[in-house]
Formats: sequence, C-alpha cells, structure tokens
Amino acid sequence: MISVRLRKHFSCARTPFTLNVDYSIGPEQKRVAFFGPSGSGKSLTLHCLAGLVRPDSGRIRLGGQVLYDDAAKVFVPARRRRIGYMFQDYALFPHLTVLQNVAYARTGCLARLVRVGERDKAQAMLERFGIGHLAELRPDSLSGGQRQRVAMARALNADPQLLLLDEPFSALDTLLRERLRQELLEILAMLTIPAVIITHDPDDVDVFASGLILYNNGHARPVPEYRALRAGFASAGQCLRHLQEKTVFA
Amino acid sequence: MGLDWQSVLTPLALSLRVAGLATAVSFLAAMLAAWLLARKRSSLPAFLDACCTLPLVLPPTVLGYYLILLVGRRGVVGQWLNEAGINLIFSWQGAVVAATVVVFPLIYKSARAALEQVDPHLENAARTLGASEWRVFVSVSLPLAWRGVFAGLMLAFARGMGEFGATLMIAGNIPGKTQTLALAIYDAFQSGNDLRATRLVLLTSLVCVGLLTAAEVLTSRQRRKQ
Repeated sequence: MISVRLRKHFSCARTPFTLNVDYSIGPEQKRVAFFGPSGSGKSLTLHCLAGLVRPDSGRIRLGGQVLYDDAAKVFVPARRRRIGYMFQDYALFPHLTVLQNVAYARTGCLARLVRVGERDKAQAMLERFGIGHLAELRPDSLSGGQRQRVAMARALNADPQLLLLDEPFSALDTLLRERLRQELLEILAMLTIPAVIITHDPDDVDVFASGLILYNNGHARPVPEYRALRAGFASAGQCLRHLQEKTVFA
Repeated sequence: MGLDWQSVLTPLALSLRVAGLATAVSFLAAMLAAWLLARKRSSLPAFLDACCTLPLVLPPTVLGYYLILLVGRRGVVGQWLNEAGINLIFSWQGAVVAATVVVFPLIYKSARAALEQVDPHLENAARTLGASEWRVFVSVSLPLAWRGVFAGLMLAFARGMGEFGATLMIAGNIPGKTQTLALAIYDAFQSGNDLRATRLVLLTSLVCVGLLTAAEVLTSRQRRKQ
C-alpha cells in the first residue's frame, strides 16, 4: 500500500508550479499508471517517492513504513528506501560494464571491484533477462531494448520493495515502443513487487495498469475503477479523454 | 666548458617535488571543496566559490603576504606551528604551501566545471541503488568528470613548476634548499650568468611541453577507449 500526501512549490521557474496531491493506492493495485500531460507533476511525485526530492510538507507511507513526514520530521534518504527507479533514459553508468552496472547496488566505492559472489548474482540476474552474453559490454554499445533490460536488472538486483518506471518508452519510435512494451510486460509479470509507471500514452495505461492516477497541473485524482470504466469505451484514448474532461481536479 | 649538471638538476628536482606535492595537496582540497559546494546553492557557497577562485586573480605577492601573515613566525597558524617545531618560512615545505595555494583554483575550477557536466540522472540512479553521497561522488561523479579533473591537474602541475612570486616571499631564494627553477633563472640572469639562465630556461620549457603533451596523449587515448 502506498499513501501519498504531498505539497511542493517551485517559484524559481518561469511559471510557478505547485504539486498538491493526496491519495492512496491499495495493495490490490499491483501496477499503477500515472497518466497526464507533461509538466503535470507525475515525475515530481516519483522523485518524492524515491526520496530524490524533499517535499515542502505532507506524508509518504509505503506499506507500514513512513518514508516522509514533515510533522514528525521524518525523511528517509533515497539510499535507504529500497525503491527501484528506472529513469527515462535508463541512466546506465557509461564508465562501467553491464555486469558492473547490475552489481552496483552491492559494491563499494570502487564500483569496478565486484566480489565473486556478487559477480555470480549479477550474472544470474542478467541470464534471467536473457542478456547474460552482454555482461562485459559498455552500455553505449547496447540497443534500446537491451538497455531497458540492463536497467531493470540493475534496479532489481538492489532488492527493491517498489519499482518506479519513468516514461520508459518516451524516447523511442513507434515500432520499437511496441516491442519494448511487450518485453516490459513480460518482465513485470515475473515480479511480485508493485510497480508505478508514468506515461502520457493511453496504450501504456491499457497494457500495464491495474490502477490509475490522473494528473493535471499539479493535482491528482485516483481512478480505482478504471478497468470497469474502460470496458465501456472503444479505445483507451477515448476512455482517458472522457475521464480527464469529467474529472474535477481540486 | 664543462656542463655543471648539479646547478641545473638541483633546482629541477626541487621544482618537480614542490609542484608534485602542491598538486597532490590541492587535488584533495579541491575535491573536498567541489563536493561540498556543488551540492548546495545559496549565497554562502557563492562567496566561498569566489574565495576559492581568488588565488587565480590576486598577484602572487599578495598571496605571499597573506601566507606570511598566516604561517609566518608570528602568524595566526605559524605561532602554533612554531611551538610544534615546524617552521615553514625559508624552507622548501614553505614553497609547497605557496604553490598549493597558487594552483588550487586551477584544479578547483576545472573539477567544478567537469562535475557540473555529469548527468544528474546518473547520480540519482546511484542514490536509488543505495549509494551514500560520498559513494555517489567517488564511484559515479568523479570517474565521469575525470578528464576535466585530469586536465586541471596537469595545468596545476605546470603552473606549480613556474611558481615564482609567492614562493620567493615565503621560502626565499636559497640555492640547493629553496631555489626552484623559476628562482634559479632569475638568479642566474641577475648575476649575468647567461649560459646557466639559457640552460634553465630551455630545461623548464622542455619539461612543461613534455608534461602537456603527455597529458594530451593520455586524455585522447582515454577518449578513444570510451
């Protein structure tokens, strides 16, 4: 279960922006999509969840654990949250090999020094994603699909309790997007941990989401009954457009 | 006309030692400063950043004067050092102190610029993978900024080799003890020993060109590898 109540204000940008959201995601919603236009606060919410940005006020709970509470002065730093984060561009470390990338969560200040046990563990993780043969390559020689798998393997090797996916297909052309979406779906099906995915593509919502949070201009509305609503529309795009028009963002 | 190697090699060895130590000490200090100042933005870091750059624009004699006020026999830190039996004035260690301050901004500036070029997503990725701020710096930021840092180190070493003003004020010009290449050249020129001056000038130029070429070769090889 994830419960989020957040306020974060930015006044330094050209247009001031306030993120003001308050919702809960139940344990039955294993895969939740954040859907909304660019700049509506989806990524910022994910950054707050991961502990990369400190909100102005509010409270974040994950399962039984309080990750942030301004009243109780609690702020668990990102490194202790055990939340996997897959960045838009995958953010693979370019100076390390694929294996060193995957083992990163389990090495020290010298990331190139991977102990034998961890080496085996990282290699097993790569095999699980069918990319064991790439272990000694650098990220810049990989294809988009391979990078996505490495990023996923790296995040999972840190043993996270929640996985955050920030627009995993935004930078790809349509054909590749179809294929990677299918791959990601297969990977997610293997996982037992919940995942949150950011998207502004209605098809992503259709494929991934068991729950939906609509974002608009710093506000958010959960739509727990999305699956039932979706049945009444011909396409995901129509359903989401209808929802966005009808939803009142407080 | 026999070559007096001793009179040429002694200042060279001293210059290399002073520049090397000064670069090493400055490197550690500059890394610490860059790490501390890169992460917070407010008016205090802006002021500290300006202070870190100051040795680049102040005349070396001004720096020398400040350093004498600081580490001289009656200086703020100097008194305390004196009691511990350490005297930096007119010693080669004093020359290291002078060169350290002079080369610090060269390393700090290039390291800071290179570190700011590092993609913040990569640093954030390391954080979500459980890395502490220090580990993020050592295992991600620094390796990715290494080329800029290395260029700064080479510049600093070459600048340290040529340090004159602040060194003269603190360490003086004692042949065989604190007389570095730059000081020896001035000394030879002043005493009309043109042959010695010419030799020292050529030697200094040779060492510096060699250093910068080596740096260029090293960084371009690294660039090809990446």
